[in-house]
Amino acid sequence: MISSPFPVLIIVVPLISAFLIVIAGLIKKSLCYPLMILSLSASVLSSLAILNDVLSHGTVHYRLGGWPPPWGIEYVIDHLNAFVALIVSAISLLIGISAKRMVERDFPGKSAYVYCLFVLQVTGLLGIVVTGDVFNLYVFLEIASIAGYALIAIGEDGAPFASFNYMIYGTIGACFYLLGVGYLYIVTGSLNMADLSKLLPGLQSSKVVLMAFAFLMVGIAVKMALFPLHVWLPDAYTYAPSPVSALVAPLTTKVGAYVMIRILLTVFPPSFFIETVPAALLLRWLGGFAVLFGCIFALAQTDFKRMLGYVLIAEIGYIALGIGFGNRNGLTGSILHILNDGLMMASLFLIVGAITYKGGPRKMARFTGLHGKMPLTMAAFVVSALSVVGIPPTCGFFSKWYLVLGGIDSKQWLFVAVLLASSLLNAILFFRVIEKAYFEPSMDEQGVDRKALNPTGGQQNILSNKVKIDEAPLTILIPILIMAAGVLSVGLLSGRIVSGIIRFAIPAHF
Amino acid sequence: MEFIIGKYNYWIYICLMMIGFYAMIGKRNLVKKLIGMNIFQTSIILFFVSTGSKKGATIPIVEHGARAVEAVRYINPLPHVLMLTAIVVMVSTFGVALALLMMIYRRYHTLEEDEILGFRK
Repeated sequence: MISSPFPVLIIVVPLISAFLIVIAGLIKKSLCYPLMILSLSASVLSSLAILNDVLSHGTVHYRLGGWPPPWGIEYVIDHLNAFVALIVSAISLLIGISAKRMVERDFPGKSAYVYCLFVLQVTGLLGIVVTGDVFNLYVFLEIASIAGYALIAIGEDGAPFASFNYMIYGTIGACFYLLGVGYLYIVTGSLNMADLSKLLPGLQSSKVVLMAFAFLMVGIAVKMALFPLHVWLPDAYTYAPSPVSALVAPLTTKVGAYVMIRILLTVFPPSFFIETVPAALLLRWLGGFAVLFGCIFALAQTDFKRMLGYVLIAEIGYIALGIGFGNRNGLTGSILHILNDGLMMASLFLIVGAITYKGGPRKMARFTGLHGKMPLTMAAFVVSALSVVGIPPTCGFFSKWYLVLGGIDSKQWLFVAVLLASSLLNAILFFRVIEKAYFEPSMDEQGVDRKALNPTGGQQNILSNKVKIDEAPLTILIPILIMAAGVLSVGLLSGRIVSGIIRFAIPAHF
Repeated sequence: MEFIIGKYNYWIYICLMMIGFYAMIGKRNLVKKLIGMNIFQTSIILFFVSTGSKKGATIPIVEHGARAVEAVRYINPLPHVLMLTAIVVMVSTFGVALALLMMIYRRYHTLEEDEILGFRK
């Protein structure tokens, strides 16, 4: 057993700096941003160090307070955790870098509090990933959620109401998860994941275990916005401020997906959700519906950010579908999709942020001629959009490839068809926008009356179109370009990621 | 009958939970939804506290010099301790929710969901 301090550093550093940021904000406002970047960088470095340890020595354990498990809380990091922790910390660092200009412009004088919530949210998400204790996971889930409610509520008009609705759904989800933990505790008397995985195989026929399983799954499905429990997502992520939706949207749902994989594969014996209860079947169907529903509803949207919200629901569907196939290729696709989708979605939401930061439009009909105004941003947009569609060599292709292979392996031809059809729908979705941005001349050149094109747009949109739109400042542009490069390079390296990390994250007998 | 009376604490927990759940989903006033949320969370506290307690048992403090500890004589303190953490979580959720309601009221001057949705159109 390897013991190293990094599993706890990854959380303690951002947790403490979240409070330091507020204190620093009282003394000197300009200290807050460097402090946030420092703490997020420390998390990235710790997760890199952990990944390195895990790859060379296997699972890393850390006992909080020195109490041996199952009595004490234990942080356990294996290949799956280390992988997800690195994704979460790296993406949040990039978004953190880009947040500076947007936060300082939109919340003058209050940036310290926004940064504090931002870092708390990252703490919660990383805590969910590294912990090896089911109740500790609930606490971190709520830390992340409460920070998320507050961050979403500071957005534009309608944000507090959307955030309240999110809170109602989120609380139901968290309480169901807590009830599930309670039922597991009744039968096993343990809260430690490793201990539970030893005790549960003997108790599979117990009705209490079935109840626990059902509560846990429904609770997590609300948190990861799996169809039909996704209702809170589009509103919450549309009205949230741009840097917040870029952080919350890709990561919260992905961490939820991680928790689901962890519960299904580690806490419960993997045969449980495939054979004992029809959870795999249910996940397949819900995933399939989520994919189709997300894509079709995305087609109906005119607001680009809202469309991304529905695309996100479809992406969650892919992950559920991969888990539901219940074989090695399907699971590989799901875990790889956690990385790919995190990158793609963070990049796309950040691009919307960059466009709106410059006073640009959010309605897709008004994207005309953006290519000439923001060439680098739009290039990054094309790369990420192609990745969502699933065109090689972008990373989105490879996770879909594994998902389709998983479908073929388990002979689920219907769902293979759904996967292929969804690529087609995504192509329609994004090529529409690309066509507008690249091939239609800008409205100013056409001299078309803007009011006629957009009768409900109101005064604000007309005014904003007169603002000179050009590339976003470097602090926003560089993270976007890094993510676009990431989308390409993860695609090219996906073979190595699968054989080096993900292969070990899936139980051996699959 | 024994099934109902013998485990009445669990039945109360289920009833409370359903009342809270109905208020969260069915009520159209945001404050009533929030009250429902609180009842829902409280019912879960009741459930956890019930799982830890036993009839005729005492608090889990072993007297000085006691040799053999009979587990039957003591209640299980762990679910109660878990609920201390959960109460903190619930209070902070409640606080954030109240702040949200204040923001909503300042913007729309109402807390009826239908009226707010009407404004948003």
